[in-house]
Amino acid sequence: MEGERRASQARSSGLPAGGADGESPGGSAPFPGSSGSSALLQAEVLDLDEDEDDLEVFSKDASLMDMNSFSPMMPTSPLSMINQIKFEDEPDLKDLFITVDEPESHVTTIETFITYRIITKTSRGEFDSSEFEVRRRYQDFLWLKGKLEEAHPTLIIPPLPEKFIVKGMVERFNDDFIETRRKALHKFLNRIADHPTLTFNEDFKIFLTAQAWELSSHKKQGPGLLSRMGQTVRAVASSMRGVKNRPEEFMEMNNFIELFSQKINLIDKISQRIYKEEREYFDEMKEYGPIHILWSASEEDLVDTLKDVAGCIDRCCKATEKRMSGLSEALLPVVHEYVLYSEMLMGVMKRRDQIQAELDSKVEALTYKKTDTDLLPEEIGKLEDKVECANNALKADWERWKQNMQNDIKLAFTDMAEENIHYYEQCLATWESFLTSQTNLHLEETSEDKP
Amino acid sequence: MEQAPRDPERQLQPAPLEPLGCPDAGLGAAVGKEAAGAGEEDSGVDTMTHNNFWLKKIEISVSEAEKRTGRNAMNMQETYTAYLIETRSVEHTDGQSVLTDSLWRRYSEFELLRNYLLVYYPHIVVPPLPEKRAEFVWHKLSADNMDPDFVERRRIGLENFLLRIASHPILCRDKIFYLFLTQEGNWKETVNETGFQLKADSRLKALNATFRVKNPDKRFTDLKHYSDELQSVISHLLRVRARVADRLYGVYKVHGNYGRVFSEWSAIEKEMGDGLQSAGHHMDVYASSIDDILEDEEHYADQLKEYLFYAEALRAVCRKHELMQYDLEMAAQDLASKKQQCEELATGTVRTFSLKGMTTKLFGQETPEQREARIKVLEEQINEGEQQLKSKNLEGREFVKNAWADIERFKEQKNRDLKEALISYAVMQISMCKKGIQVWTNAKECFSKM
Repeated sequence: MEGERRASQARSSGLPAGGADGESPGGSAPFPGSSGSSALLQAEVLDLDEDEDDLEVFSKDASLMDMNSFSPMMPTSPLSMINQIKFEDEPDLKDLFITVDEPESHVTTIETFITYRIITKTSRGEFDSSEFEVRRRYQDFLWLKGKLEEAHPTLIIPPLPEKFIVKGMVERFNDDFIETRRKALHKFLNRIADHPTLTFNEDFKIFLTAQAWELSSHKKQGPGLLSRMGQTVRAVASSMRGVKNRPEEFMEMNNFIELFSQKINLIDKISQRIYKEEREYFDEMKEYGPIHILWSASEEDLVDTLKDVAGCIDRCCKATEKRMSGLSEALLPVVHEYVLYSEMLMGVMKRRDQIQAELDSKVEALTYKKTDTDLLPEEIGKLEDKVECANNALKADWERWKQNMQNDIKLAFTDMAEENIHYYEQCLATWESFLTSQTNLHLEETSEDKP
Repeated sequence: MEQAPRDPERQLQPAPLEPLGCPDAGLGAAVGKEAAGAGEEDSGVDTMTHNNFWLKKIEISVSEAEKRTGRNAMNMQETYTAYLIETRSVEHTDGQSVLTDSLWRRYSEFELLRNYLLVYYPHIVVPPLPEKRAEFVWHKLSADNMDPDFVERRRIGLENFLLRIASHPILCRDKIFYLFLTQEGNWKETVNETGFQLKADSRLKALNATFRVKNPDKRFTDLKHYSDELQSVISHLLRVRARVADRLYGVYKVHGNYGRVFSEWSAIEKEMGDGLQSAGHHMDVYASSIDDILEDEEHYADQLKEYLFYAEALRAVCRKHELMQYDLEMAAQDLASKKQQCEELATGTVRTFSLKGMTTKLFGQETPEQREARIKVLEEQINEGEQQLKSKNLEGREFVKNAWADIERFKEQKNRDLKEALISYAVMQISMCKKGIQVWTNAKECFSKM
């Protein structure tokens, strides 16, 4: 039955189970960043100053990044992802492909905001179609995250990029900021898609497929803002109780999370500082080469040597630029995501503690017979189940998260090392060829002098 | 071979010195490693032996620096650095060196020597001293004159200074220079006794004063422009280099923080722990490697600085020529006006204004005897003037000829030295890149094993 449906869908859209056709239904958008920014310029709404100083962290080049089965960041059409390498821990082929691109600015009388285009391609039966295109704004992503946390309190929900960047933000809709956010949102959705449980979440499906008005009406159905706020207050109060009775393994987990959070934050700061220093080095180097050209104008006998030195310095300059961009593509986003993850994890721990606290308070009530105890045993039974479920869910997800984290970190740092190696190799080649040319010249000269 | 004005009082006959240590040797050695068979050092020595015809070979080195305290002229305690100068004579046959002289000098004595040379060899581009205070500093630390790194670099600079003089065909034969190397006590008095300070043209000190020369020698004008350009461009280069060094230091040192954090992180990681820890170690190595790299680069900066200061020496020669030319023109002008006066007196026509002529007009003619007397005086002055002008002209031509010969010598030296400096810079960069590749390859291996 399912196979039939899949086949019929495959025929209608040309999306085969195996073997790609190369069709790109959504119109090819290999560099969403560039087309997105032209869309922004057309909107003519905001001054899009390229304010480098504020967000020098992320490079403006939306160049292609490494393919990684655990963190698909490449903003190409989902169709090309069919040829991706298989996941290590997921034997099935991916059947849900999501891209986030084409940021667009919208102006109303009250506010200005950005929407992102989300294209989903899937072969799953539960989806009405095999392809969807919707537009979502950051608020919508926030809503989705909230729903996921509600439905799966002890699963590790992927983090969203920050609402605002605190440090010296002048313009909310700076090009760099938008691009960084877009990449992070893309990652967010794909991480959900890769998660064995979250990928089947109903709200997730609605997020990906519903038209704007459908989504608004769906959103209104959930518990109201006030009740959610009330929940948060209760949660904070009771989570303290849960900490006392926390099982050993979760104590260990909590310790890890605390330390990890410290360390990853430090690494984030260090990495951003390195980028800043490299940028400043690059800025100075740009001035360095030309001085040698200037000098060559007054030195007849040293013209060639000086010009060659200037050329070498300029080439090293370009290599530095490339290294910087590599850092901002490969390392910085990954480290930053894990900074946000560490915050998430602490939230997860709290929610687990809260669930346990609920159980504990009922048990306490039963023990001390404070209230009417007739219904308590039944409630306690349910809560015990709930706690067990929550704990198991967290444990499993924890292992998965740790595995992912190790792979992501390992890859990111390996890439960084690779960038540096490449940088030094390029500079080495430049200077070595200069040296060779100088010694060749000298040998020529000395051989001319000889009788 | 230039014929230098030999002043038997100032120059040693026969000169016992034949310098062995060539300033180019240090520069050439670096290239020698990378460019096998280039034979740089040989060509340096050839140039020198070509200029030398003395008896013994000597080696000069400034081998040590020591902090001293003493009392200055105002009887106040001061701290200064003294430098040990050792002179060795090298036997031809077995190449063994014997220490012949060893004495301590401080920077101010070097300055005294140079000021003396500037006065007595105005046509020579006198080698400059290393800077008195650290300039173009890239890192706040080394701005201190007592900083050991600065002292060390100054020691090398002073040695270089002495070697440059010793390898100069004319300067090396100077007696005061010889005594500088050999006579510890009383040397200052000996120098001052030469009375060179009185000889020094005070006008040279007035750097901003311009002397309008009617017929400037184009070659010297061009040379002055060149020296200005050289000074400007090298200053600029050194400034930017210092900034680049500063930034590079930042990049390297920040990576050191990874080392510490990785190490702490590895404590909570089971599988990743080892990889993190060892990668962190490599980050530390990377961060600390910059210190040596920048120390080497400082030597390169010093090589450029020498030529920055040489620009000043070039300008000094131009200035002296300018003054000479000015004096010559003044003397010629004076002579011409006297001749004219004489002629007017003889013929009775007054074309030029003179006070005597005015008073004569106002108060009556002078007697023929008076006029004769005046003519006689003028004729004597004219004779004297003509003699002076002749010798000034001769002096001027000698100066130009000798100066230009030294300038040619200087140009060749400069081209050689700067080229070698640039090559040594490339060598340094190559070394830095190789170290970088090594460290990051190691780090990458650790990361991939995590």
